[in-house]
Amino acid sequence: MASIGKIARRTFLFGSVAIAGGVALGAWYVSRPAPNPLKPQAGDTTLNPFVMITQEEGVVLVAPRAEMGQGVRTTWAALLAEELDMAWEDVKVIHGPAAAAYYNTTLMAGVIPNRGYDRSAFQESLGDALSHIGKVFELQVTGGSTSMRDGYERMRVAGASAREMLKGAAAEKLGVNISLLKTENGTVIAPDGTALPYSDLAERAADLPPQEIVLRDRSEWKLLGTPLPRVDMVPKSTGTAEFGIDVRRPGMKFASLKINPHLGAGMNGFDATEARKMPGVIDVVDLGRGIAVVADNTWLAMQAAEAVEIDWAAAEHPADMAGIMDRIADAFATEPNSTMRDDGDVDVLPDGATVVEAEYTVPFLSHATMEPMNATALIDGKGLTLWCGNQIPTIIRDRCAETAGLDSDRVEVHTTYMGGGFGRRGEIDFSQYATMVAMALPGTPVQVTWSREEDLTHDFYRPGAIARMRGAVNSGQASVLDAQIAVPSCAQQALGRWMGSSLGGPDQVAVEGLHNAPYAIPSFRTRGYLADLTLPIGFWRSVGNSHNGFFMESFIDEMAHAAAADPLAFRLEMAAREWEPGAAVLSAVKEMSGWTGTTPEGVGRGVAFCYSFETPVATVIEVTDEDGAIRLNRAWTACDVGVALDPSIIEAQMIGGLIYGLSAAMNEEITFTDGAVDQQNFPDYEPLRHHMAPRIEVQILEGKSEVTGVGEPGTPPAAPALANAIFDLTGQRIRTLPLRKSVDFWI
Amino acid sequence: MATEISVNGTTHSVDLPEDVPLLWVLRDALDLTGTKYGCGVAACGACTVHIDGEAVRSCQVSLADVWGDITTIEGVGTPDALSVLQQAWVDHQVAQCGYCQSGQIMQAAALLAEIPAPTDDDIDQAMQGNLCRCGTYPRIRAAIHSAAKTMEG
Repeated sequence: MASIGKIARRTFLFGSVAIAGGVALGAWYVSRPAPNPLKPQAGDTTLNPFVMITQEEGVVLVAPRAEMGQGVRTTWAALLAEELDMAWEDVKVIHGPAAAAYYNTTLMAGVIPNRGYDRSAFQESLGDALSHIGKVFELQVTGGSTSMRDGYERMRVAGASAREMLKGAAAEKLGVNISLLKTENGTVIAPDGTALPYSDLAERAADLPPQEIVLRDRSEWKLLGTPLPRVDMVPKSTGTAEFGIDVRRPGMKFASLKINPHLGAGMNGFDATEARKMPGVIDVVDLGRGIAVVADNTWLAMQAAEAVEIDWAAAEHPADMAGIMDRIADAFATEPNSTMRDDGDVDVLPDGATVVEAEYTVPFLSHATMEPMNATALIDGKGLTLWCGNQIPTIIRDRCAETAGLDSDRVEVHTTYMGGGFGRRGEIDFSQYATMVAMALPGTPVQVTWSREEDLTHDFYRPGAIARMRGAVNSGQASVLDAQIAVPSCAQQALGRWMGSSLGGPDQVAVEGLHNAPYAIPSFRTRGYLADLTLPIGFWRSVGNSHNGFFMESFIDEMAHAAAADPLAFRLEMAAREWEPGAAVLSAVKEMSGWTGTTPEGVGRGVAFCYSFETPVATVIEVTDEDGAIRLNRAWTACDVGVALDPSIIEAQMIGGLIYGLSAAMNEEITFTDGAVDQQNFPDYEPLRHHMAPRIEVQILEGKSEVTGVGEPGTPPAAPALANAIFDLTGQRIRTLPLRKSVDFWI
Repeated sequence: MATEISVNGTTHSVDLPEDVPLLWVLRDALDLTGTKYGCGVAACGACTVHIDGEAVRSCQVSLADVWGDITTIEGVGTPDALSVLQQAWVDHQVAQCGYCQSGQIMQAAALLAEIPAPTDDDIDQAMQGNLCRCGTYPRIRAAIHSAAKTMEG
């Protein structure tokens, strides 16, 4: 296999040519490069990989992105349906198979070391070129808040080209010029008003070449830009949505597993004698790093797994948290992996400057999706069939094919709804373990469900990180900011698991949210140091921004305080000089919250402004003193997503992202002893509960031209806005998360 | 030995050991998968069902201890015949990932049966045992208020 570096060099040239193709490229992408993976049954047709017309269900749209709560299935379908002129209530959507045709064109562009908001045309083309890596490696990935950026043009083109093919078929049938035909509610309308259903035209249309298309102007949109009823809302309100854990197959057995708590290590041996004696136990399977028990029901499998006596091997990690954090701090003594911003000279202090210095620390975190990890697998004469919620179906297909010793084309992946993802479902382990259990029971479908304890203690964690910040202020403004961060690289680890090797070079993810903070500061440097740790870490909602947002925006608050400036005005002034959309979201939260810079006794307010996944978000949080305990009262968030494709879903993501971030900021911490996680279940890893959530107002701005991320950008401002509010209330500057270690929250 | 239980108005004979939690009886023996496993220790509320109208965590009730008629999310309403509460959930577009929502709806239904017009504090009290990682709490609150209003007529 060619190395990624080689392919990146090759595709760079390729990409430059492709860019010149403009919109025509979209149609080419849709119909040409990868074979259409849809295999229609007799009487059904596909017009491209995203539009299928069946006799039974009419038009079926394919949204090959993981629906983990962010509403992607709805808006992806709306992009297709808008140009295809479907009535929304008739829209049926499936996830579809794992396939090259569904690769993510946008994801790899995110690794380019630029700031995003000031990207040059050259860097834009480099990003597009890198997107071809996604194609070469068939990266069908839902992540990096890329789905809408990826699908915004492609899916409208796919819908429009299918529409024109259907009109072409109708023109032939009626013997009229295509220009006389209209489309409406899933039909082609003849000049005399006769409506021809798409299903009557599909077979002929499929043989016609893709037509030239022009995308409709936004002013003509009927579906996009309005809050649509989500396609998954009724199933999810009636218990009928099928999550991975709900898959039921004829003859299916239930399994659970127990993996070495000392992460990454194997077993010296195990004794399953007692477990095998338990009525209803079918088999005990050796998974290398642990065991699985197959039984008549999941509970019995969990009980029997506990009854297996296992001699665990030891893991080679630092013995305790002090050792782990020391190892992270050691990275500061190494050469920086990146210096992605180095404006001015941070070593030169202007006359009269006040210097501010601070060190911040954040803990490891778990995703703790509500649905514990699980997957269902069957090995039979056809090969391997997998049913699971996942963010990476083609990667799961290929890696599990290796596990089973099969060619990839003998693996079928059925992607279900997922009970939360946040990055956790972008891993392979749950599918690989299910594959191994299925290999032990050929012909029997087996569902492997992890206990909550196994889930919490075998995650790929958000890494702990340390920041050393130094800054200077003059005359009420920031003149110097020098940020250093030490963190183990989750991107290198995760890409290694996905593709067998990872991209070298500067790790953008480690310093995102620092180097690309849209602030005008004359001397501004950011350096990232990668720590040498092998504890399993991975992508956690907003990734590097989840810690760097806290570091940056807490420290900016400290600088504002040192400058005797209002923290919101201090930010607004720096943002306005750098990038207008950044200043706009800050102005919006100022107005929404009625920010005056002063608060009554017993009330504190904090602000934070973060730019992530190309979306600027500002958040103000208000806390109150309840007899010495801190209560979250209200929050205001403003974001600029470019084009608000579904305002209701965007609002839900901003609220959800904020609550996810608050939950971590206030309560969550994963610790390790001898390489094993100490927290076992929700009582030790307590997410934010209903009564603790503030009232939240969201404003969505559309000041940018591009469509940008929605699923993650709500998270980074949560921790700093809250910590800054606590400072405003109490005068206590908290530089270590979770905050509960420093203050009492109202519960 | 088979145990008889009544679920959503239907009597089932379940041939499982008496200590199997109701949650797994529903999910793995009766294929009523709307009730979810979240933690197994009554800390998340995803497995909430009603026994004689009372909201209980089905992970903590063994098959032998079932003391009355069980109602699960499947018994509350169906996609073609939503209950008032489920309709409010749809109207407010509450669910994100949706995994916790069966439990949320069962808990909210028990709340409304007890307190037809709950205050925000009542909702805080009743709903704090039901975790949601997606952060749907504000829309849950709005949906409960709106269902209460509809039920009042």
